[in-house]
Order: sequence, then C-alpha cells, then structure tokens
Amino acid sequence: MSATTDPKRGGFQLSQLIYDTRYRSMTIQIVALVFFLLGLGWLLNNAAQNLAALDKGLSFGFLGEAAGYDVNQKLVEYHNQMSHGRAALVGVLNTLLVAVLGCILATFLGVIIGVLRLSNNWVVARIMTFYIEMFRNVPVLLWIVLAMAIFIENLPAPKSFRGDDASMWFSETVAVTNQGIFIPRIMGTDYWWLFGVAIVVSVFFWRGINKWASDKQDRSGLRPSTWLIRLVALLLPVLVVYFATTAFTSGHQRDFLVRSTTAVASLDEIKAGKRPDLCFVGGSTSSLNASRVLEKFDIKYRRKKYVTHGGALEGFISGKCSMLSIADADMDQVMADVKENINGDGVLSAVSVDFTTGRALQIDYPALPAKGIPRFEGGTHIRGSLIALTLALALYTAAFIAEIVRAGIMAINKGQSEAAFALGLRPNRTMNLVVLPQALRVIIPPLISNYLNLTKNSSLAIAVGYMDITGTLGGITLNQTGREMESLLILMAIYLAISLTISSIMNWYNESVKLRER
Amino acid sequence: MKNSTFVGTLAAATFAAGFAAAGTLDDVKAKGFVQCGVSTGLVGFAAADANGNWDGFDVSICRAVAAATLGDAQAVKFTPTTGKTRFTALASGEVDLLARNTTWTFSRDVDLKFTFVGVNYYDGQGFMVPKELGVASAKDLDGATVCIQTGTTTELNLADFFRVNNISYEPVPIETNAEAQQQYLAGACDVYTTDASGLAATRATFEDPSAHVLLPEIISKEPLGPLVRHGDDQWGDIVRWTLNALVTAEELGVTSANIKEMGAAAGNNPEINRLLGTEGNLGEQLGLSADWAMKAIVAGGNYGEIFARNIGESTPIGLARGLNAQWTDGGLIYSPPFR
Repeated sequence: MSATTDPKRGGFQLSQLIYDTRYRSMTIQIVALVFFLLGLGWLLNNAAQNLAALDKGLSFGFLGEAAGYDVNQKLVEYHNQMSHGRAALVGVLNTLLVAVLGCILATFLGVIIGVLRLSNNWVVARIMTFYIEMFRNVPVLLWIVLAMAIFIENLPAPKSFRGDDASMWFSETVAVTNQGIFIPRIMGTDYWWLFGVAIVVSVFFWRGINKWASDKQDRSGLRPSTWLIRLVALLLPVLVVYFATTAFTSGHQRDFLVRSTTAVASLDEIKAGKRPDLCFVGGSTSSLNASRVLEKFDIKYRRKKYVTHGGALEGFISGKCSMLSIADADMDQVMADVKENINGDGVLSAVSVDFTTGRALQIDYPALPAKGIPRFEGGTHIRGSLIALTLALALYTAAFIAEIVRAGIMAINKGQSEAAFALGLRPNRTMNLVVLPQALRVIIPPLISNYLNLTKNSSLAIAVGYMDITGTLGGITLNQTGREMESLLILMAIYLAISLTISSIMNWYNESVKLRER
Repeated sequence: MKNSTFVGTLAAATFAAGFAAAGTLDDVKAKGFVQCGVSTGLVGFAAADANGNWDGFDVSICRAVAAATLGDAQAVKFTPTTGKTRFTALASGEVDLLARNTTWTFSRDVDLKFTFVGVNYYDGQGFMVPKELGVASAKDLDGATVCIQTGTTTELNLADFFRVNNISYEPVPIETNAEAQQQYLAGACDVYTTDASGLAATRATFEDPSAHVLLPEIISKEPLGPLVRHGDDQWGDIVRWTLNALVTAEELGVTSANIKEMGAAAGNNPEINRLLGTEGNLGEQLGLSADWAMKAIVAGGNYGEIFARNIGESTPIGLARGLNAQWTDGGLIYSPPFR
C-alpha cells in the first residue's frame, strides 16, 4: 500500500484549502458560516445600536406593568389592572383555543370531503371539487372577513329578541345573535370534577366487559349478551356521583354579604331595592346555590362572572359586584376582611337564608332582561369573532386536508379495496377498516404542516377583533408601551413553541401508526 | 487620515447647515405649493369630493397657510395619511405641515420632536348610542357592548372610565372607523366610542342620523391642532400666526364679507389695522407680504366661518361651538394679541 502513495512534498500548505478536494468543501462551509455569523452579528449589533440611540435598551419590565385595557374573551381571570404579561397569557389561551377547535373541525371536514371527492357519484364528486378549488384559491383573510360580515349582517341583533323580529332556537334555549351565540350551560358544584372521574370509570368498565366477552367468545365461540351490563356500567358511576354530590352540596347553609346604600336584613328587602349584582364563580357550589336562592325568591339579579373565589372577593371589595355568597361559618372572618379593604361607599350587611336544596347539576339558560341594555344573561357566550375565525380557518384548511386525504387514499393499491369487496365488506367498512388505516401513513406528515399553517394563520384574528396573542401582546401592548422589539421577540418565541409542540405531538402519533418493518 | 476626517466633518457640517438654511418657507415658495398632510377622509374635517377637491375644517387651515405664504388658497397639495403614517410623513419632510385631527400630547411634542402650533379644535372622547337604547348618560351603560378602535388612547380611557364608575362592558375591538360603523349599525355593538367630533362626523354619514345620540359625558381631553417639524421656527411661526389670525379675525368681527372694506384703508381699531397690514410691519417680520393675514382670511373666512361652514350646527355634522367658542363667549379659543 505505502509503496504506491505519492512522495510527501513538504507539510500542509495553505493553498491546499482551496485546491485540495479533501479540504475544499470544509473550507467553503467554514467561510459560509463565518459570513453568516458576521451577517447575524451585524444585524444584532445594528438593532442594539439603534435601540441605544433611541434610548430604548432591551427590557422586559413592561410585562409586569398594568395593562390598562380590557379583553372580551378571557379563559383565565383578567381585568385591566392586571399586567401586560397576564394579558399576553389571555391571548395565548385564545390562540390555542381557536387553533385546537380549528384543527379538529378542519380534520373532520377534510376527511369527509377528501373521501367524497373520490365518490363514484358524479354530482357529489364535482361539488367537492368545486368546494376545494373555491377555498384553496382565495386568501384566507378574505374568508375570515367574509365569515364575520355574514355573521354580523345576517343574524338578528340582541335587541330584536325583545319584539317579534327574532326568537330563540330549540324552545327558547339557544339565542343566535350577531354578538355571538348564547347556549345553555351546565352549572356544577365544587365537585364537578367527580363527574369526569365517573366517566373515566365507566369507560374502564365498558372496556373490561368487552374484553371479558371477547375472551369468552374466543374460548367457547359464543359471545355473551352484554348490553344490559354495559348500560349499567355506563350509567351507574355517573348516577352515584350525581346523587352523592346532590346530597352533599344541598346541605350547605348560604349566607349573603350584601353591599347596598342602606342596611338590609332579609331577602325581601333586597328584592324591594336596586337590582343586585351577584359575584358569581362558575362551577362552584356556593354560587350555584346562591343563584338558586335568588331565583326561588324571585329576585332580579345580574351575574358578574369570576373564575376564582379570590377574584369574586376582589370584585366585591372594589364594588364591581354587590352580593357575595359565603358559607355560614366563614362569615365573620370574611366580613372583617372586607371591612378592612373596602373602597367606595355603601353599607355592608349579612343576610342569612334557610334555603338549601338543589341538584348537583343545573342547566343555566340564556335570557334577555326585559328592559335596559339588550344583553343576554346566563348561559355561555360564544362570541361571533371566535365562530367566524374558527369556521373560516377550518373551511380553508379543510380544502388542503381533503386533497391530502385524497392523495393518501389514491396511494393505496386498488387491489386492497377489491380484496375487501371480494370478502363481502360494504364500501363504508372497506374505507374505514382497510383503506383509511393504510392511507394514514401517507396522510399524517403533510397533515402536520397544515395544522401548523392553521395555527399560524390564526394570527389574522384581529381582522374580526378576536383577541389572540397577536392582538394583545403584538397589538395593544406593543402600541401602548412602544416596546416593539421585545413584544415581537416574545411573540415569535410563543408561536415557535406552539408550532414545535404541535409537530412533536403529531410526529409521535406518526411514529405509532407508521408501517413497522421487520 | 486626520485630514480626511476633518474634511469629512467639514463637509457634513456644511451639508447640515445648508439643509437648515433652506427653510420650509423657501422650499414652499420654490415649488409653488404647500404640501399638507390630512386624514384619509373624515367628513367635515378633511374629505375629497367627487371632483377630487379637498374640503373641510382641517383643510381650511392648509388653504389659509397657502394663501398667506403664496397668495393662492388653491396652491395646496394634499397627502392623505392614516393614524400610523402621519408622523413619519411629517418627520421625513414628505409634508410641510400636518393638519389631521391630531391630539397634542407630551410625547408627540417632545419625543417625536414636533411643534404643535396651537389648537384648532378642543375635542374629547365621547359615546354614541342609538336613541332607542334609551340611555341618557354613559354611566347607564352597564353591561353594554362597546365598539372601540384598538391600539388607541381611547381604548385606555374607556377601560379607566368603566373601572372608575364600577360598571362592566364588553369591548369589541375593531381596526378602522368603517368597520366600527358596520358593527354599530348592525347592532353588534350597542355603543361606539371615539373622539366626539369623529362620532359626529360618522353619524352625519348615517342614513338616519337623528336616530343616534351622543351622550353628554366626555371622558378625555383631546386638543387637536396642526403641527410642523422641530427645527424650523420661521415656518412654525407662519403656521401658528395664520391660525391665530383666523381666530383673531373672528374675535374682532372681521369676516370674509367685510374684510375687503376693512383692509382697504386703516380704520380706527389699531389691532385690526395691524392684523390686516394697514398699519405696522407684522407681515415683514414673518417674511411675508403685508397683507398675508388678509389673504389667509379671505381664503375661507375667519375661524368661526370655517367652523360653521364645515362642522357647525347648520351642517349635517352639527357640532355646537361648546369649548370651541371664542374666549369672549366662554370658550377656549383664544389668540395672543397681534402687536
């Protein structure tokens, strides 16, 4: 070997870096890297110098300052005296909400449309093609704006529900207005999470019974009849929890702490006075019972909603709501606490009530007060901006997903479905049991990027006034504090984190469904 | 090395000096027109008609300045600016002056380095509601859905107002006046809030303006006025005193009807004489002709006439003088003396 090598001509020479193929590629890469780093350094330095010249060094202190603005849709407790950081959190949750809803809806629609596009029915297949081409070829911003315009212009305003111009749907339970859709909501007690546990237990039993039946079938060839026992497994845990929590929570004695212009001693006096604002905490026994008491005594009141008891107490102290429901035992302590911190005028009085029955779950229907500002009270308010944004994003992304699904189905050999038909499987079972499971392997990787697209497109939310993270941190906070650089850096980091999370979850799912090669 | 640095510095200094010396007035005289930044279209304040002629309360200031400097009220070119682009347009020299219902604030004056030459309209944030809502005061708006232009100072004022009064509201953030109008008219929001003058102007474009009322509460101070760049005091003085001339003319009873007669010869009111150039040399001190103020007033009338013609009570916008009455009538419009 060594006899055939070239004679050694001196040591390493600098020119070898360019002329010697062994080193050349490395040289080029290092030079490119140096230029890249220099460019990056220049940009960063430039930004730092310009910020310094404007006397605006990079500082994230503004996140702790009071935001000063309000946000309509908030999934966590927030008011305008909370910090910019908190407002950003509200925005992040709103972004996540619309992204999750949009992705689920888009997947659902996309799969159906993709399958139907391959239908043998000429009309159905053409309609689906038309849908896909319509949505795919028009910018998503236009769809968002259009959805909102249709929503605002075509649906009745809340005030028209007072007359005969509009009426609520489903026997007065759902109000569809151009401010949004108001649906009934289930009000639970402090122990509502027990229902979640009950459902998990039900599922566990259900699967256990199925497994037992299958084992028996494997052994004896006969499958036992299980519908009765399955029904019991399904209902029993929920019923047990329901009756147990009802019995437990209805025994609570409620007291009210009331703030009014003159002292009151009974509910009748409250009824005679100005309409009270109940400090209402969703999903808590005390608030549920309090509203039952007020309804029983036919007292007109309004709910000021809070997420936590602490928030409700704060609302009471600052005078935003005038009626607080408190357990009998805690009354003295809370009273002392409130007296110490209270601001504004009004007299505090404690009202005791002997009324404590009720179910563990109660449905709260939206209703329009007979006079005053027309605004639906009660129920859950799904805002028009959320609906319009979710629908537009989902319909748009569904067009892309449909094409991916179609490609995935077409990638499966026709022989697979022919074999399934030969076995006597009906077309929809063939699709669900044979074709789609195999097609998933082709579908999932491009599906991930569509989920990411939907999430990123949700930053167009401000077009319909939906307060996502771009609207709060990247919009109002940026405008009011003048901290462009910091806001945008955080904004980018947040979107990056959301996107990476989505793609890692989907990659994990992809790993679990992809073909195992042996 | 040292030498070249020196030469470079010298060149830079000369350039800077040259830049400063060529004042805005000379530029304007050289190009023959005033470049004026106005809003993109707010009826009554600045809006172009079907023929592309601009008219309005802010536009009249531009025309008066053009008349004072060039003797021709039509020698104005308008640059429509949005809330975001207006300051860049002025700072970069794209426009010579900005007359675009802009609130005079500390940070705009000091930090953005502009000179507000005065206030031509004292405004404040107000509320507009449909009459059928039956609301007489903003304090009755508990639970209302409020349309608000997002990212403005009005958003913060609104939050403060509702917090101080311990009432709740549902904000509907929107981006432009047109969007707000759509949502408000469809009833998707019960209330629209922005500067009271903007509300009145928006209401004037409605099919039935009388079905909507402005609530009496004004929840913030928004003094609006024309502004110029820092660093050219002569031009700043010209714009400032043109505005003052219009105001003084109203105070002294000089109108577009009687100005010809009053300006023909010196009368027995020395201040009118000084204003109209029949006595003293105020025009010369500004670097303009002696009858500069007369031309400015002839262009569109005095302050009161401009107000009445564009946004006054006889127009569809129907704004009362209120704070914008002369100080002699209990308002805030007050000009320093011409002396």
